[in-house]
Amino acid sequence: MSGLTLVIATMVLGVGTYGFRVAGPLLKSRMTLSAEVERLMAVAAVVLLTALVATATLVQGHGFAGFARLVGVAVGGVLAWRRAPFVVVVVAAAATTAALRLLGVP
Amino acid sequence: MRSIWRTLQVRLGRELTRDIALVCLADGVVGLSFGAISVGAGLPLWLPMLMSVVVFAGASQFLFVGIVAAGGNPVAAVAAGLLVNARHLPFGFAVADLLSGGRGRWLAGSHVMIDESVAFALAQRGTGRSRAAFWACGTALFVCWNLGVLLGAFGGAAITDTNAFGLDAAFPAVLLALVLPSLRDPATRRAALVGAVVALATSPFLAPGLPVLVGLVGLLAARPHLRKGAA
Repeated sequence: MSGLTLVIATMVLGVGTYGFRVAGPLLKSRMTLSAEVERLMAVAAVVLLTALVATATLVQGHGFAGFARLVGVAVGGVLAWRRAPFVVVVVAAAATTAALRLLGVP
Repeated sequence: MRSIWRTLQVRLGRELTRDIALVCLADGVVGLSFGAISVGAGLPLWLPMLMSVVVFAGASQFLFVGIVAAGGNPVAAVAAGLLVNARHLPFGFAVADLLSGGRGRWLAGSHVMIDESVAFALAQRGTGRSRAAFWACGTALFVCWNLGVLLGAFGGAAITDTNAFGLDAAFPAVLLALVLPSLRDPATRRAALVGAVVALATSPFLAPGLPVLVGLVGLLAARPHLRKGAA
């Protein structure tokens, strides 16, 4: 693939992504939304992030991502639920997954 | 810019600064691997760097490079990347108010709108703190991600397998920790759980990025309750 093709493809992806990002702020600077819609937008972001947590934890490609990652995120989740500090949650999740892989867990 | 920094210093505090720094470190290492993998796959040195500045969205960048490196069609690579990044559209509506204060702010703020900066913003109480968290996380991640990619592209195969460090578990753990406080509200929790189940159930069949968007049907589970004004 030529360098020019790659530059164009990258720019199109960049501009398109920026379009997604800027649409909300752009539209909302020109109109006022009802409190109900505002609240729905905030919940939508939480729904998206939660769905992202679920898929990033369990799915790789179109299949199962493996037990090492799942257990690591679960350990982090329990710690977060018990209100452990953020740093502890994240380091524990990564360390658990890394340790399990070291032990041969896929 | 000066007013943004002043807001940050006053609002952030030590704990939040440390949390954001940790996420920056983790994403910086993932950036290293992105740079190394791209160049290792035979793509030009400048591609991962240009892409990280212009696109600045990790999952779509990995997907794009994976498709192009495998000899795939560039149109397909762009389409796949755009699909993964479509969730920024609803994110934009959720965080738009944090970017108010002049055209320059929302033009720049939109570019640093990513999963982590949105999640950090949503996890804070009060608009002032949310705004500070969004900007601090977004700009710091932009710097760390691009620095990581730069080093990875030049450093070659130093770090290509971030799975060995469990960093693939760190990303969902970060988002989970940040989203948990919002899930204490029953209506939100219901919507989020339905969304997660739908996203998982459709993952085997749909292109990457789509399952998460389809998960938005979870909002239907929250709606009657929201209309009553309960929060």
